[in-house]
Amino acid sequence: MSVDAATVRKIAQLARIAVTDAEVPHLQGELNAMLAFVEQLSEVNVEGVEPMTSVTPMAMKKRQDVVTDGEIADDIIKNAPMTENNFFLVPKVVE
Amino acid sequence: MTDLTSLTLAEARKGLDSKTFTSLELTDAHLKAMEDARALNAFVMETPDQARAMAREADARIGKGEGGPLAGIPLGIKDLFATKDVRTTACSKILGNFVPTYESTVTSQLWRDGAVMLGKLNNDEFAMGSSNETSCFGPVGNPWRREGSNTTLVPGGSSGGSASAVAALLCMGATATDTGGSIRQPAAFTATVGIKPTYGRCSRWGIVAFASSLDQAGPIARSTRDAAILLRSMAGHDPKDTTSVDIPVPDYEASIGKSVKGMKIGIPKEYRLDGMPAEIEKLWAEGAAWLKAAGAELVEVSLPHTKYALPAYYIVAPAEASSNLARYDGVRYGLRVPGKSIGELYENTRAEGFGAEVRRRVMIGTYVLSAGYYDAYYIRAQRVRTLIKKDFEDCFTKGVNAILTPATPSAAFGIGEKGGADPVEMYLNDIFTVTVNMAGLPGIAVPAGKDAQGLPLGLQLIGRPFDEETLFSLGEVIEQAAGRFTPVRWW
Repeated sequence: MSVDAATVRKIAQLARIAVTDAEVPHLQGELNAMLAFVEQLSEVNVEGVEPMTSVTPMAMKKRQDVVTDGEIADDIIKNAPMTENNFFLVPKVVE
Repeated sequence: MTDLTSLTLAEARKGLDSKTFTSLELTDAHLKAMEDARALNAFVMETPDQARAMAREADARIGKGEGGPLAGIPLGIKDLFATKDVRTTACSKILGNFVPTYESTVTSQLWRDGAVMLGKLNNDEFAMGSSNETSCFGPVGNPWRREGSNTTLVPGGSSGGSASAVAALLCMGATATDTGGSIRQPAAFTATVGIKPTYGRCSRWGIVAFASSLDQAGPIARSTRDAAILLRSMAGHDPKDTTSVDIPVPDYEASIGKSVKGMKIGIPKEYRLDGMPAEIEKLWAEGAAWLKAAGAELVEVSLPHTKYALPAYYIVAPAEASSNLARYDGVRYGLRVPGKSIGELYENTRAEGFGAEVRRRVMIGTYVLSAGYYDAYYIRAQRVRTLIKKDFEDCFTKGVNAILTPATPSAAFGIGEKGGADPVEMYLNDIFTVTVNMAGLPGIAVPAGKDAQGLPLGLQLIGRPFDEETLFSLGEVIEQAAGRFTPVRWW
């Protein structure tokens, strides 16, 4: 399988990465090189093989559903580029 | 006094215990070496004030007889580990000036045991790379050069800063992480020892995430003993990482010097690649002979799905990366590039903040997870991963204690020499190491010899799950036979 220019733009949009028209051909070449490389997996007979979900056999650990952390608003916003009254600021979303 | 930086960690520990020198003296010697080695670009941030404060505290504790297992030992920390109040960037522009308000579990355990932080080490951006050339701080120089050449070579990656700093005697050991070979490949390129423990051995909490089902932390050090000492402090159960395993951490150092007599060592025939350089073949045979001389038994084994590990990795790792890196949105931390809408803000921030390799992997990951391709790519790769793991399990069931392979298909190469036209060329560096991450197993790289140009080469030992001890015992046999390798200083 290979991707065309329109698909490259679509992937970039899904990944939320701005891509200029000039960058598309180069990216298309790189993505297709990677896809050509992984193509060999289609040779493998995976009939009846379970997809791996955990590399070590372990049961997911559970804990009580209680608050164990909090009251650290200053820490949470400390590295934010723009905040106001402990809220993150973003461009207007709803008109 | 002899040069304090040339001691091994174990030797330095003795000197500190016997009060031959203080941690402050040891730390100052390393800070000076770092200053003199800035041409290597191994450190992206030096923290001399903090280092001296930690050294003084260690000296006080040692004085009272309360020094921990790493009391006063100066270490370097890969910039992927969150360090409280010290800038942590994963060597990406998108984290910008991120200063964590918390400490990663692994580093907090090193400080608990008395270690001293010298600074933060360079790495490939988000640990995506095999040469340390994708770092936003620029490439790292390998302390090793080809004989008679002054071309600067890469130290490998992604833990290139860690490997370079340890090899150049800038720190006594370093933290590193390994997703597809990022500890073992740079260790092999710099004649250092690097171990990626079993998945779940070290907590991933507070380590910048790349591919969560593959990432593991481990040490890079100058000897197997030093690596064993460091891993004991780094490992252990952490309730904050649900994938960290709740089993006791052994005293790894006790495995150094243990007999390997009667151990069964697998030599996988699928690792004998077409066109493999003769010197790698020779090194591998030599390693096998050393283990045999120490009483181990060699058996040929088969890992039939080996050739599919790298392509499967380049689906699974980017898929997980695309998900993990979704958090870099220009809103909560790091770089923000304005846009007219929130969508534009995201897109502009991520276009500006991610380097070319990271962007490529996030995009391929997005594609293989997208509707219509998920089954064909992602699910198929996860099925292949099950088969890769089964190959190893079949080997171990037959009584094989560990598997011996070359660590890398070549020695270090020059900056800018690889991957310019085709990214896959660079990916092939990890061909011998990536299987281990796919199967969640422990793997150690140990220096074993030099190529015709005088560059170090390493061997890899792959172990059973949670049996790092066997790897330390076998690794030390190779180390004893091969001797130690020290680069000639040019920086």
